[in-house]
Amino acid sequence: MPVVIVDGQEIEIGADERLNCIEAARRAGAEIPHYCWHPGLSVVASCRMCLIETGQRDAASGKITMMPKLVPGCQTPVKDGTVIVTKSDLVTSSRARVEEALLIDHPIDCPICDKAGECLLQDYHFQHGQAERRADLHPFTSRKRDVGPTVTLFVDRCIMCTRCVRFTREVAGTAELMVTSRGAKEEIDVFPGFPLDNKLAGNVVDLCPVGALGDKDFLYQQRVWFLKREANVCGGCSAGCSIYTEHNQDTVYRLKPRENPHVNTWWICDEGRYGWHHLHDPARLVEAGRRRPAERGRPTEYETVEWADLVVRLRDDLTRAGRLAVAVSPMLTVEEAWMLCAVARSIDPQAYLAVGHLPTADSDETFPGGFTIRAEKCPNRRGVEAVVALFDPAVHGWSDLLAHVGGGNADAAWITAGYPTSGRGPWIDTDTAATFANLSCLVVQDMFDSPLSQLASWRLPAAGFAERAGTWVNVAHRAQAFEQAIRPPAGVWPEGRLFWNMLGRRGLYDPSAVRRQLAESASLAALAGEIPAHGVDLRIHQLA
Amino acid sequence: MKPSDPGITWLEEKPLGLAERLYLPLFIQGLTTTARHMVSPKVTVSFPEQRPQVGNPLIYRGVHRLNRDPEGRVKCVACFLCATACPAHCIDIVASNSPWPDREKYPESFQIDELRCIFCGMCEEACPVDAIELTSLLDLTGKSREEMIFDKEKLLSVYDMTKDAEPMKSATLGGTL
Repeated sequence: MPVVIVDGQEIEIGADERLNCIEAARRAGAEIPHYCWHPGLSVVASCRMCLIETGQRDAASGKITMMPKLVPGCQTPVKDGTVIVTKSDLVTSSRARVEEALLIDHPIDCPICDKAGECLLQDYHFQHGQAERRADLHPFTSRKRDVGPTVTLFVDRCIMCTRCVRFTREVAGTAELMVTSRGAKEEIDVFPGFPLDNKLAGNVVDLCPVGALGDKDFLYQQRVWFLKREANVCGGCSAGCSIYTEHNQDTVYRLKPRENPHVNTWWICDEGRYGWHHLHDPARLVEAGRRRPAERGRPTEYETVEWADLVVRLRDDLTRAGRLAVAVSPMLTVEEAWMLCAVARSIDPQAYLAVGHLPTADSDETFPGGFTIRAEKCPNRRGVEAVVALFDPAVHGWSDLLAHVGGGNADAAWITAGYPTSGRGPWIDTDTAATFANLSCLVVQDMFDSPLSQLASWRLPAAGFAERAGTWVNVAHRAQAFEQAIRPPAGVWPEGRLFWNMLGRRGLYDPSAVRRQLAESASLAALAGEIPAHGVDLRIHQLA
Repeated sequence: MKPSDPGITWLEEKPLGLAERLYLPLFIQGLTTTARHMVSPKVTVSFPEQRPQVGNPLIYRGVHRLNRDPEGRVKCVACFLCATACPAHCIDIVASNSPWPDREKYPESFQIDELRCIFCGMCEEACPVDAIELTSLLDLTGKSREEMIFDKEKLLSVYDMTKDAEPMKSATLGGTL
């Protein structure tokens, strides 16, 4: 195994691993500061922040020969016997000089810069910079340039690392951003008439190590140090990208990609990034209601039912109605889906279980960097299918359910939906909804009003993605567990809590308890134990 | 700090001397203090008929004000540093793009709950543009809790009211904007 010596400490790396000095030093616990290098982009070695001393140990004699000059750590691969020095006086003073050069004309408008608090320039200045300013320039303001519908460029804050330019060329493949002028006059810009308008554009804001690129959706909404983050999974499509939900006082402010080599690497698409606004839509259903018996001259009304009563009354109503059909929404977590099926089968042992409506776009969209936006706009079809298969090996779909109900084979239906349709129109049209018109009991659990919920005898609110806890299984059968980030609006019980109580289980809803139970079945055995942050492949036992 | 801390120096109490044990010298000493205060000038005032004298307005911590820039606009840039520093969580700011071309960010709304405020002066200290200052106004009254939540206009009006008597502190301290 090749051995690399970092600050006198010998570490072993894999025989066929291709690491640069930054990655090798990180394994030894030494952080080499860097701006322009990013593991997902090509290497340009332009910021000069990662300059380090390197050398080579002769394998036979053990004699170490050092390079006379500093080299950029990002561009220097390591091999057996490579010596890396990250803490010498030469390296330290080089870092201070680089910081000083970057800060000469960087506007000191940190108080109004949205990046303050998570800015690499700030962090590195505290760690590696010098206390005094030798230049007598005191720039305070930055020019602002509109580069696209979602992104603003603060021109003078830029340190020209070109991460954003390389991203649009290598990952998004659209190459909208470029560098204009030369030398000290270099600037990031777009070509006239070609704004930064691709489906991955938001990632350039995350990539920017300073406050030059700002997200218009988040700009001035909240200071970053007030935000708390919860590791979540994006519910926008079946890719199931790992994200952080950043929130404060039960309000989501932004979503950020979470590095996951098995799913989304470092990126997320804009659809997912801005796909949280429905959580705070005032049009959301927030009350559980039961339709009052029709009275002449009075519009249909719903009486609000307390959740504790609802647990009992819903079961009574469904038992009285008779043959039950259930749509298990692909927005539910695996745990919730299993509990729903268990509740349904406890009410009617012959209950017809089907996977709910699958919202779908035209086709998958793959970008040159390998990132794919999936056409299937729901996060957990694979998981729900696996759960429904435990109860009924012939897994039915939404169209089967429509045929089943339309053929008069059911007296009651329980439709879970929870689709984030805010501002896009309902997920179901009036004609399809009419299939359910003649049932004696129709339970609809949804986030927004739809033609179906208007027919419902029980209209229940649903939770959004950040308000759930559980496991989702993405298109590649990778199960990712996540915790609840924010509380749902007052009056909303997340589905898991309702099903947990309807099953008569005591205490608070605990997804991990349900997961333990699920892992006893062969097809979901991979869910046993703690699920790692990067998720686990559901087929891991079948593959072996 | 624990009692075992090496930074603590432990001292022995001195035994009482003859003067202490006689009691009379200390008795006279105490009575002298009392007598001195009986004849010295009064420092208490009959508030509110009489106004107390504020020693140094520069360091007095009374009602807040929001300063204006030379063009009469609110000086605050909505950086939230005062709200971050505030130990009582009484400052609530909503930031927005400024309507002026020469400034980037400004507070769309700026509220201080004066009843919740503990007048510690941390907001004044945190402010990078010397926009929020504590004046020497000390009698703060209102008829309801809502009335005591000062919004941006109210805080600016405190500035208009006090700017002649108390000029902006930043000028004397080398202002930033």
